[in-house]
Parts: sequence; C-alpha cells; structure tokens
Amino acid sequence: MQTEATYNYKVVRQFAIMAVVWGIVGMLVGVLIAAQLVWPQLNFPQLGEWFHFGRLRPLHTNAVIFAFGGSALFATSYYVVQRTCHTRLFAPGLAAFTFWGWQLVIVLAALSLPLGFTTGKEYAELEWPIDILITLVWVAYAVVFFGTIAQRKVSHIYVANWFYGAFIIAVALLHVVNSMAMPVFEAGILTPKSYSAYAGAQDAMVQWWYGHNAVGFFLTAGFLGMMYYFVPKQAGRPVYSYRLSVVHFWALIFTYMWAGPHHLHYTALPDWTQSLGMIFSLILLAPSWGGMINGIMTLSGAWHKLRDDPILKFLIVSLSFYGMSTFEGPMMSVKTVNALSHYTDWTVGHVHSGALGWVAMVSIGSLYYLVPRLYGKVEMYSRDLVTAHFWIATIGIVLYIASMWISGVMQGLMWRATNVDGTLTYAFVESVKASYPFWTIRVLGGLLFLVGMLLMAYNVFKTVAGAKPVDAPVLAPAHA
Amino acid sequence: MDINDLRSAVTVAAFLCFLGICVWAYSRAAKPGFEEASRLPFLEDDEPMLANDHTEGK
Repeated sequence: MQTEATYNYKVVRQFAIMAVVWGIVGMLVGVLIAAQLVWPQLNFPQLGEWFHFGRLRPLHTNAVIFAFGGSALFATSYYVVQRTCHTRLFAPGLAAFTFWGWQLVIVLAALSLPLGFTTGKEYAELEWPIDILITLVWVAYAVVFFGTIAQRKVSHIYVANWFYGAFIIAVALLHVVNSMAMPVFEAGILTPKSYSAYAGAQDAMVQWWYGHNAVGFFLTAGFLGMMYYFVPKQAGRPVYSYRLSVVHFWALIFTYMWAGPHHLHYTALPDWTQSLGMIFSLILLAPSWGGMINGIMTLSGAWHKLRDDPILKFLIVSLSFYGMSTFEGPMMSVKTVNALSHYTDWTVGHVHSGALGWVAMVSIGSLYYLVPRLYGKVEMYSRDLVTAHFWIATIGIVLYIASMWISGVMQGLMWRATNVDGTLTYAFVESVKASYPFWTIRVLGGLLFLVGMLLMAYNVFKTVAGAKPVDAPVLAPAHA
Repeated sequence: MDINDLRSAVTVAAFLCFLGICVWAYSRAAKPGFEEASRLPFLEDDEPMLANDHTEGK
C-alpha cells in the first residue's frame, strides 16, 4: 500500500458534520412552527413578520430537505463513489467548491426566506439569484461524480452509483426547468424578485412535476443509493438480489416522472392528466416495494445482527418506513381517497413518515457508519447513545404520524359533512379547534426526534474531538 | 400522423425497452457480471483503522 494514494475524505467529513448541524437547525425550526400552531404567540408578532409561520415553514422544509438531506447525500455519494470505483475523487477543487457553494446556498436561504423573498413554489421557494448558484454547484457536483466514475479502476459501476447518478441528473433537469422565471426590474434596476415563466395550470403542472420528482429523485433515488451501499456493508453480505436492484432502478426511472399530477386532483388540470398521474402513482408501488424487499432481505440469514447493532436498526427500520409510506402514497393518489386526504394533516403525516422514517433514519444510520471511519476510530464514542437515539427517534415518528393521521381524517370528514339542507355541518374554524390536541402531540413527537439528533451531535462531537482525520488508502486495481 | 402518434410510439418504445431490461436482468448471461458487481463494496477492508496508520495527506 502506498501512502500517497488515499481517498479524498476531507469533503466527505465536511458534508457529514454539516449534515448533523443542519439537521438540528432544520428540525428545530420544524418544532418551532409545530409549536406555533398550538401557541400562536410563538410567531413573535411584536418583533415583526420575520418569525411568522408562513415565513418559517419554507425555511423548515428547505433546511431539512436540502441542507440536512443534501449534505448527507453529498457526503455519502462522495464516499461511495470513491470506494466502489477504487479511485480518488475527480477534480478535488470542484468538490471543495460544491461544499462551500452548497453552504452558501443554505445560508442565503436561511436569510432570504424569513425576509420574505419567495417564488411561492413549494420546495423551490428560493429566488433566481440563489437558483443560479444552485445550478453552478450542481453542475460541479455532476462533473465530480461522473468524472470519478469515468476514471474508475473496476469494470462495473456499482448499483448505488446508478441511483446517485440518476438523482444528480434528474435534480439538475427539474431545478432548471421549474426555476425558469422573469426577474422584475424596478425603475430599470434588477431586483431579486421574479415571476414564473409558465402561467396558470401549466405553471401548476410544471411545479408539481418538479415537486413530486424532488420526492422521487432527491428524497428517494439518492437515499436508495445510500441503502444499496450501507445496508450490505453493515450487514456484512452482498445485496439480496443484484438483478432485482437493476429492475428496481429502471422501473423507478421509467415511472416516477409521470406521478406529479396526483398533487393536482380536482383542480383546473385536465381530467386525463389527473388520471394518468394516479395510474403511474399506483404502478410505483411495485418498484418501491421491490427495493424495500431487496434491502430488508439483504439481512436474511443474519437477522440476529439486528438485535444488538443499533446502526442496522436505523437502516432496517428506515426501510420499513419506506415501505409504509410508499404504500400510503399510491393509496392517497387514488382520486376518491385524495378527496378525503388532500389539504388535511394526513398529507403532512404521510410526508413525515417518509422524511423522518425513511430519509432521516437511513441518513442517520449511514452517518453513524461513516463518522468513525473518517476519523480513525473503531466505533462511535457511545454505542448506548446510538441505541437511545434510535428508540427516541422511533417513538417520536410514531407519535408524529399517528397524530397526523387522526387529525387529517377528522379534518377531511368534518369539511365534507353536510346537513340535510345541503349546508356545511361545521365551520372551518371548528375543525381547527378539534385539531389542537393532535397538534400538541405532534410537537411532542417532533421534539423527541430533535432530542435524538442532539444526542447524535454530542456523540459525534465526542467521537471526533481530538481524533485525527484519516484518509483511507486507495485499493490497488481489482484483478477482474 | 400528428405529434400525438409520435408520443404514443415513444411511450410504447419505452415500455418495450423496460421489458427488454427485465428479460436481460434475469437472463443467464447477465448473472456472472452481476455477481462480480455485487461484491464491489467488499473488495477492500474498510474496517475503521487507527489514526496513526494513515494520516491526512495529499
């Protein structure tokens, strides 16, 4: 082994640490806005409009998806692509740019959203100057990732890299198309305000084509890349069925792009488009469950490891939540079910069963795997704290989604209830009043999840403190 | 022939392409390559190592 050839772990370390930091920030804002719904004085109206729910809610979603999830994806993809291609990262300077550029995007988002700069497009609220910066960072990311694959020392491209690669290409496409906008000139001066290049129902369709594929490619394909590397590694055995993983990949790619219209049931969108979105959402159940089964069955014959390995607990439970929410999603896309669920807390519960249960749990498990290896430690500072984190987080998720299911179905039923003469049985505000107990339980669930993250931050700090960063040597080219 | 015929044709072609991928993935010919690929994460030992083995360097 030559000492000069080591993997580039520096950028992996940076993103891994920031994933924990941004996770705490994003979830803290989430707990705050959940509490605002129960105790409105937490909007701090006397301080100005900056801390109102409407300003902070997009900050929460952007922070947890793009800052926490994004950093976890950058960290793991850079780690996995190097190790499975047996080569250093391509263009280390560009890789460093993706780190600092992405952190700048996050800071700009955290400033501009509370100040009221927003396009009003869900998960794409950031205004055009930030959108251009995101595009630059993303192109650099693609160059680094695919450049690394191009210079690989092995003949195959491991399946995890296929998922990461699809995530990078699809997000570039989605971001550029949905962010097309015309900036506003005020008295001849360019302002950060812009208006969408699309109009009416087309604008809504482009937005939800983007929105659902943000779920499909950012929050699913990328994290499936994590699953296909870290589950086999932690379980100590190759993936259950590699051929199933190939079919899983292509089925997701061919299907996800069409599912967006289910966000626009019973709107001005043409009926056939709504039905098409519903059909493709139903088809998605098959590849989603194929992937989940492939991940969970990787553990077959080694189930005992689940008993005392908290990292495996995180990974396998994340797959269970993935299976749950990819069953729930297609059901909710059925128009008659959607008539009840849409605009209620049920949707919020569904999103969090995916976001907390799947995305966050698989990221946390992968980060617990990564951190000791990046700092030359045998394992995390405290295994008991990892176990505690797992149970606190799981209880938090269950409280969160169960309370949202109940309040969501209750809201849907109250809104549709009519008297014999056709008038509405309940005023809207009555459904708000009835929701309070469940919103309080939601605050508790979110708070538990946040406490778990704080335990993680402490554990990571104790693991890293005083440790020397370690870059593992690049393996000699495989014989195959 | 209008643009919609082309759209239908592309949809059918994409579906056939997917079926082709499924047949290929489950064919005997693909098996050895897949087995090799599935071992890629295990070709090297990446058990956590001690800091004094390899410190950060270019």
